[in-house]
Amino acid sequence: MGSYIPSSEAERREMLEALGMESVRELYKDVPESVLLDRPLNLPEGLSEMEVRAKLEDMAKLNRNYRTILRGAGAYDHYIPSIVRYIPAKEEFLTAYTPYQAEMSQGVLQSIFEYQTMICELTGMDVSNASVYDGASAAAEAAAMCRDRKRSVTLISETVHPDVINTVRTYCYGANAELKVVPAKDGKTDLAALKEMLAADTAGVIFQQPNFFGLFEDAEEIIAAVHEAGAMAVMSCNPIALAVMKTPGELGADVAVGEGQPLGLPLGFGGPYLGFMATTQKHMRRLPGRIVGETVDSRGGRAYVLSLQAREQHIRREKASSNICSNEALCALTAGLYMATMGPDGMAEVARQCMAKAHYLAQKLIEAGCRLEYSGRFFHEFVTRQENCREILGALSDEGILGGLLLPDGESILWCVTEKASKEALDEVADIVKEALA
Amino acid sequence: MKLIFEKSMPGHRSDLLPALDVPAFDLPASMKRAEKPALPELSETEVSRHYTELVQQVHGVNCGFYPLGSCTMKYNPRIDEETAALEGFTHVHPLADERDTAGCRKVLETAKELLCEITGMDDMTFEPAAGAHGEFTGVLLIKQYHKSRGDEARRKIIVPDSAHGTNPATAAMCGFDVVNIASGPDGLVDLDALKAALGPDVAGLMLTNPNTVGLFDSNILEITRLVHEAGGLCYYDGANLNAVMGVVRPGDMGFDCVHLNLHKTFATPHGGGGPGAGAVGCKAFLADFLPRSVTMDGEGRLQVRSFAGNFLVVVKALTYILTLGREGIPEAAENAVLNANYLMEKIKGTFEPAFDRVCMHEFVLTLDKYKKETGVSALDVAKSLIDYGMHPPTMYFPLIVHEALMLEPTETESKATLDEAAEIFRKLYKQGFEDPETMRTAPHHAVIGRPDEVRAARNPILRWKKEE
Ligand SMILES: Cc1ncc(COP(=O)(O)O)c(C=O)c1O
Repeated sequence: MGSYIPSSEAERREMLEALGMESVRELYKDVPESVLLDRPLNLPEGLSEMEVRAKLEDMAKLNRNYRTILRGAGAYDHYIPSIVRYIPAKEEFLTAYTPYQAEMSQGVLQSIFEYQTMICELTGMDVSNASVYDGASAAAEAAAMCRDRKRSVTLISETVHPDVINTVRTYCYGANAELKVVPAKDGKTDLAALKEMLAADTAGVIFQQPNFFGLFEDAEEIIAAVHEAGAMAVMSCNPIALAVMKTPGELGADVAVGEGQPLGLPLGFGGPYLGFMATTQKHMRRLPGRIVGETVDSRGGRAYVLSLQAREQHIRREKASSNICSNEALCALTAGLYMATMGPDGMAEVARQCMAKAHYLAQKLIEAGCRLEYSGRFFHEFVTRQENCREILGALSDEGILGGLLLPDGESILWCVTEKASKEALDEVADIVKEALA
Repeated sequence: MKLIFEKSMPGHRSDLLPALDVPAFDLPASMKRAEKPALPELSETEVSRHYTELVQQVHGVNCGFYPLGSCTMKYNPRIDEETAALEGFTHVHPLADERDTAGCRKVLETAKELLCEITGMDDMTFEPAAGAHGEFTGVLLIKQYHKSRGDEARRKIIVPDSAHGTNPATAAMCGFDVVNIASGPDGLVDLDALKAALGPDVAGLMLTNPNTVGLFDSNILEITRLVHEAGGLCYYDGANLNAVMGVVRPGDMGFDCVHLNLHKTFATPHGGGGPGAGAVGCKAFLADFLPRSVTMDGEGRLQVRSFAGNFLVVVKALTYILTLGREGIPEAAENAVLNANYLMEKIKGTFEPAFDRVCMHEFVLTLDKYKKETGVSALDVAKSLIDYGMHPPTMYFPLIVHEALMLEPTETESKATLDEAAEIFRKLYKQGFEDPETMRTAPHHAVIGRPDEVRAARNPILRWKKEE
C-alpha cells in the first residue's frame, strides 16, 4: 500500500501521548456511534507506485490514439511546444494554492497579470479576469453579467457550440432567467430573426466567431443590431482566430469570451481547459472571478495582488457576481506561456496555416465528391455533405485518422484542420474519402 | 522583476512550425484585425528564464509547511502527474467515438465506483470543474427534484453563518433565497434556529461536516432528519471530507448529494488557483437529474460546462485513491485529525483556540483578546509567519470567529514540522508583547513588503500597457 504519511508509528504514539490518548479513534468521539462506518471501505487494497503506474498505463492503452485528428468542435489539436509542457509542471506552480498571500505568491500573481494583459491584447478588450472553468461556463457567466433589473432575457445564436448553448441554458435555468435561441440561416445567425427577437427586456446576445460550423458571422451587423436594442453583445471567440481576425474590441462587443484550450492545452478528453473572459472598462466591476491588479508594496516597489474582491463570494456571499472560487490558474499560466512562446507572429502563423490547410482539405474533398454545406467564409472548420458518412469515418479510422464529427443528421461531417496536419496526410484523407464514395 | 512584456525585443522568436506545405490563404482586409496583438517577442531561452524567475517567487507545498485551513494542502504525489500525462489520456479528443475512449471511460467509471463507496452515494458526475461548480450542480439537482414533484413553492435554501462564501453565492445563482442561520455558541448548527427556519418553502440545507470551525456536529442525524421531515434535501459541501473519509460517510449522515474537491481531499494539485475537479455524488432518487456530459443531447438535461469535466484531474485523483486503497484512505483521515489536534495542543497556552475541544482536521485560533492586548492582529501574525518560510493559515474565516486564523496541517506533515511550526507560533506570540511593531510591518524578508490593496482597488491597474 502506498502512503504519504511521513510520521513513524513511534512518532504517532508520542503525539497521541501528548494528547493524553491511546488511540486515534478517541479523536472521533463527536461522531455518533450509529453513523460511524462499522466496516472497512469496500475499496481494493492500496498499491505500490510501481503497481499503480502499470494499472493506469493499462487503462490509457484502452484508448485509441490517432496520428492525425481532423475533429474539432470545441477541442482543437494544435502543436504544443515542448517548453509549454515543461514549465507548468514545475512543482511550485503546480502545488501552490490561490494567491491569497501576495508576499509568497508574486510569481503566480504576475503570471496571471501577464495572462490578463495577453487576453486583452488578443481580444482588444480593456479588462480580463484570471480565467473561469471553460468556454461554455464563460459564456454562461457573461449572460449573467448582462442581466439587470430591467433586462433579463438572454438570446443565443443557434450557431453557437451546442454544449455552450446547453450550459448557458442550465445557468439561466438556475437564475430563473429566460433564454431564447436565435435561429440559423445558411449556417449563420439569421440576422432578420435576431432583429425581430430583440426587445426591451433583452439583456445580452451571445454569438460565436467563427461559429460552430466554422463560418465567420457578420459580427458588425449583429453587434449593431444588439446595441440598437440597448442590449449587450457577447462574442465567443476562438483564440487562435483572434490572432488574425477582427477583434471583439474593434467590433465594439461588450464581453469577449472563449475556450482557451487551443492555447497550449492538450485535448485530454475534455479538460482541464480554460474559459477566458474580457470586457470593457465600463463593465469591469461586473466581471466575475479573480482579477489580479498592480499596486505598490510597503517599500514602494511594484507588486501584484488579487483585486476588486468586493465582487466576490467570500466578501459578498449571496450578493456576489458569481460563486466562482477556484478557477483554472495553471491553464491560464500555460496559455500565457504559449502566447509568449509563439509571439504575435507565431500566433498569426498558426492561424494562417490552419486556414490554408482547412481550405486545402475542403477543396480536395470537393474533388473527391463531397459537397460543401455552406457557402460562407470559414476559418479552420467546415461542413461537408455526402453519402456514406459512417463508411468514410470508419475507413479513415482504420488508417489512424480521426475524421470530422458526424453531425446529428447523420449525413454531414464537421471537419477541422490545424497546423499539425501535413499536406501528405490531407491528400491521403482525400484519397480514402474518394474510395469510400466510389 | 520585469514583466514579460518589458523583456520583449522585436524580432526575437522561436522556430516551431514547418513551412506551410499547401497554398497560402488569407482573410480579406475587411475581416482582419488592424494591428497584431502586442504579445511579447522572446527567444525560447528568454521565455525559460522568465518563468524560472517567476517560479522562484512562489511558495508551493513542495517548498514548506502550508497549513491553509479549508484548503487541504497535502502533498501532491508526482506519480499522479505522470499518469495524467500519459499520451494515452492526453491525446484523446473529447468527441472521439465511444470505442476509441474505453480507457477514459474506465477511469471515470472506476473513480465513480470508489468515490460513491467513500461518500455513501449511489451515482456521480465528474462534469463540474471545482468545488463551487459542484455546489452549483448539486443545488440544481435539488431544484430539479422539487420541480419534478410540482413542489415549486420551495424557494429557500438554508445556510449556516459559518459556511464558506461559495455556499450562499451558489444558492443565489440557483435562484433561491438564502436564509442564513446563526451558529450556536459552540460553533455548531443551532437546532432551534434550524427548526425556526424550516418550512414548506425550504428546498434544502447546505452544510459541511466537519464544519468550517473544524468540529464534527454530533447532532448531524437530527439535523438531516429535521430537514427531510420538512420536505427539504440536504447538501454536503465536501471540502472537509479529508477528516472523515473511510470513517464516516455523508450518505450515512443523511445527506442526499455532495460535492468533493478532488483538488483537496484527493491530493490533486491546486495549480496556483486551479484547475480542480468538483465531482458531485447523489442518492439514487436524484440520479436521473445528473448531467450526463453528452454533447448535443438537446434540451432538458443539466449541463454545467463542455464535455466530461476536468478529466486529467480525475486521473490524478484515481491514481491517488488506488495508491492509498482500503486501509490508506481512513489512515490519511486519522492522521490529518491527529496532526491537527497535536498542533493545536502544542500552540495552546499562547494563541487561543476559538473552541477548546477535540477538533477534526483543522482548528481555528481567535486572536481577538491578543489583538486587544498587543495591537497585533491575525493579519500581522500571518504576515510574520512568512518570514519563517511558512505559508500563513487561512485568515478571517469563518466569519463567526473574530481575528480568526484557521490551521489545517494535513496528514502529510511530520511531527518534526508540526513541532517547528508550534515553536514559531510560540515565538511570535511572545514577540507581540515585546516588539509588536516588527510584526505590524512584517514580512521583512519576502520578495515584496505588504502590498497596498486599497490602492489596487481604488485605482485598478489590471493589465500592462506600453509607456507612451
Ligand atoms: C468549505 C469550502 N466550500 C467550498 C469551497 C469552494 O471550492 P472551490 O474553490 O474548489 O470552488 C471551498 C474552497 O475554498 C471551501 O473551503
